[in-house]
Amino acid sequence: MDFSDTKEEAAFRAEARAWIAENAPTYLYEPLSASGFGTTRTGEYDPITEAKKWQKKKADAGWACLMWPKEYGGRGASPIENVIWSQEEGVYGKLSGSFIIGQGMCAPTMMAFASEAHKNNFLPKIASGEQIWCQLFSEPGAGSDLAGLRTRAEKDGDEWVINGQKIWTSGAHISDYGILITRTDPEVPKHKGMTMFFLNMKSPGVRIVPIKQANGDSGFNEVYFDNVRIPDHQRLGEVGDGWRVSLTTLMNERMAIGGSIATGYPEIQDLVEHLASDEGTAIDNPAVRSRLADWYCKAAGLRNTSWRAITSLSKGETPGPENSIGKLVAGGMMQDIAKYALDLQGLGGAIWDPQISEGNARFQAMLMRCPAVRIEGGTDQILRNIISERVLGLPEDMRADKGIPFNKIPSGQG
Amino acid sequence: MNFDFSEDEKMVSDQARRFLQDNCDFSVNRSVLEGGAGYDQKVWQGLADMGLLGATIPEAYGGVGAGYLSTCLVAQQVGAHLAPIPYSSTIYQVAEALIHFGTEAQKQQYLPAIAEGKLIGAMALVESMSELTRQNITTRYSDGKLNGKKLIVTDGGIADVALVLAATESGSTGLYLVDLTQAGVQRETVNTVDPSRDSATMSFTDVAAEPLGDAEDGWNQLQAIQDRAAVMMAFEQIGGAERALNMAVEYARGRFAFGRPIGSFQALKHMMADMFVALRLAESNCFYAAWALSTNSDDLALAAATARVSATQAFQLCARDNIQVHGGMGFTWEFDCHLYYRRSNYLTLQLGGLSVWESKLVDALPKGQVA
Repeated sequence: MDFSDTKEEAAFRAEARAWIAENAPTYLYEPLSASGFGTTRTGEYDPITEAKKWQKKKADAGWACLMWPKEYGGRGASPIENVIWSQEEGVYGKLSGSFIIGQGMCAPTMMAFASEAHKNNFLPKIASGEQIWCQLFSEPGAGSDLAGLRTRAEKDGDEWVINGQKIWTSGAHISDYGILITRTDPEVPKHKGMTMFFLNMKSPGVRIVPIKQANGDSGFNEVYFDNVRIPDHQRLGEVGDGWRVSLTTLMNERMAIGGSIATGYPEIQDLVEHLASDEGTAIDNPAVRSRLADWYCKAAGLRNTSWRAITSLSKGETPGPENSIGKLVAGGMMQDIAKYALDLQGLGGAIWDPQISEGNARFQAMLMRCPAVRIEGGTDQILRNIISERVLGLPEDMRADKGIPFNKIPSGQG
Repeated sequence: MNFDFSEDEKMVSDQARRFLQDNCDFSVNRSVLEGGAGYDQKVWQGLADMGLLGATIPEAYGGVGAGYLSTCLVAQQVGAHLAPIPYSSTIYQVAEALIHFGTEAQKQQYLPAIAEGKLIGAMALVESMSELTRQNITTRYSDGKLNGKKLIVTDGGIADVALVLAATESGSTGLYLVDLTQAGVQRETVNTVDPSRDSATMSFTDVAAEPLGDAEDGWNQLQAIQDRAAVMMAFEQIGGAERALNMAVEYARGRFAFGRPIGSFQALKHMMADMFVALRLAESNCFYAAWALSTNSDDLALAAATARVSATQAFQLCARDNIQVHGGMGFTWEFDCHLYYRRSNYLTLQLGGLSVWESKLVDALPKGQVA
């Protein structure tokens, strides 16, 4: 067990640090540093333009998607080198938000299932930020029960014709491409009749409608498909094998989300170190100390758990479903932290105004965004099912739709 | 960076596991619990014979100097098997105190005997029904003699030597080594929530004692000892937590109700998922603390408190909900669930309770820095 850099790791760190010092958009350092939960501040500059500029610069110098093979725009770096890079990139890493789904979920699915020609064409563009990708999975009637999806794909010559609706698609409005899971055979049990594709989001018949969220923002979209045509060579995996393909994406989603997810811990420590209370500052209050210690243990536990995963990755092992704990722990914890931070500030904590509220209203923003964290990418309940079934080996719940052809499953729609 | 134990360390752990599997099933815990022997001599001597009691003790003092990482893994096995032995008192605390603060003569006198399994040590600290503070110590040390009374000393009834916390005339607080076989020492077993571990009251009437090392800085010495002990104790706790979780999972797979295994009900699955989450976080924090302990990192106080708090939470949760998964049978004397419940609640208090360690954690946080 050793946490210090090896000689090679130290050399890699020095190289990364030197390149960043030379090339990073230092004019964005201050606004990025002040970026709290769910926001990327770039001052007077446009965030997407700045994100694409930084990503392109990194890609040109071999600092994008470090663990990918070189021919796909990566560096062929080790998991540990990737961690070192993130440590060195620091606040500039906050610019990469719009690329996470494409690079972290769509690209691994493309690597596993797309043709060589498509991989050579698309992966470097995903790496360099030239293209933003999204993931078209959830539907109004298929959330936790994703395999209940109804968007139809019907074969017509060398093409597939898509009709239906997706929902909760992050970044669809800024995306160039997306990966799409559809139903191709409704007459077989639900897990067997699905097929995965990727498509150009500018295709005729694609309509994107932003969702106004409970917190007032609009990061997600509804996406409607009206006779959208996708060539067969854009199919990922076999016809009817879409569920297995989607598991690749979802496992990568949990890695991408769980590894680096925000917990709210740094913010709450910062608050209680400064907030005045009867005892002096809030951190001197025994009740506050107890809560803070508990949250520190969780935050440190997540950090240390991700180091264990990185160590096993670097030994060539595949981190398993035990990594589902990241989002499960972080989501609930952040919600508790936000609630507690407001509580410590009395009725004034109810004010949600960046001009007045503590720290640019970071805790108010967190409070109002958190309900979604506990739902998106697998609800708390689905994650507990995964842990209990796939890690602990407990039996599956009874399923009323097991073995029944998809079109005979009760939908509650009459 | 490499955040895993080495093959050698894992081998030591395997060796301890096999020995305890063969020699320390639940009947061993129960015979101490019900029979009042204080500890199981055979298990204790067996660990000594394998060199495991001397693992942290330098070779110059009769140990094997195998280091802290493997000892942490042995502690995990001791916890998993609920071994009724004075391991935490003797190895995590008294041996650590001697190694780090003892005089050369004290090390020579005691450490080889500890490594051989011939000497049991205990920490005589607590005097009242409240957490230990510098202020609530009334045991007095003066002119080489101790006078006073300790309310509860873990392994106090079976120990040969104790480290006693006492106040001096000058108002300082010191740790004193006491031979417990001398006249003037009175001990009486006290019943606790976990009688599979010996606990005793202890009183001293003009008992000969010598300061640990040269310093009179006993309170700070004690904090340093307890930080180190907390890491090993946390491993003992996660060892117990994992075993309690496994018991729950095993039972839930085999027990049927309403025509199906109870482990297929989400109410129970989610409870066990939460047990796993608590355990996994605690394990990872323990790994980090083991590294901090083995390298004497500046981060040790924070890492130790973090491991201790999360391991306490995990063991208490797993032991408690293991009973819940078992339903009524979990509350019988016959089923083993209560053995974990008892041990988890005893270990929570042994080095100072949860709130003490939460507070230590916050004190150790680097100001203005983050996890």
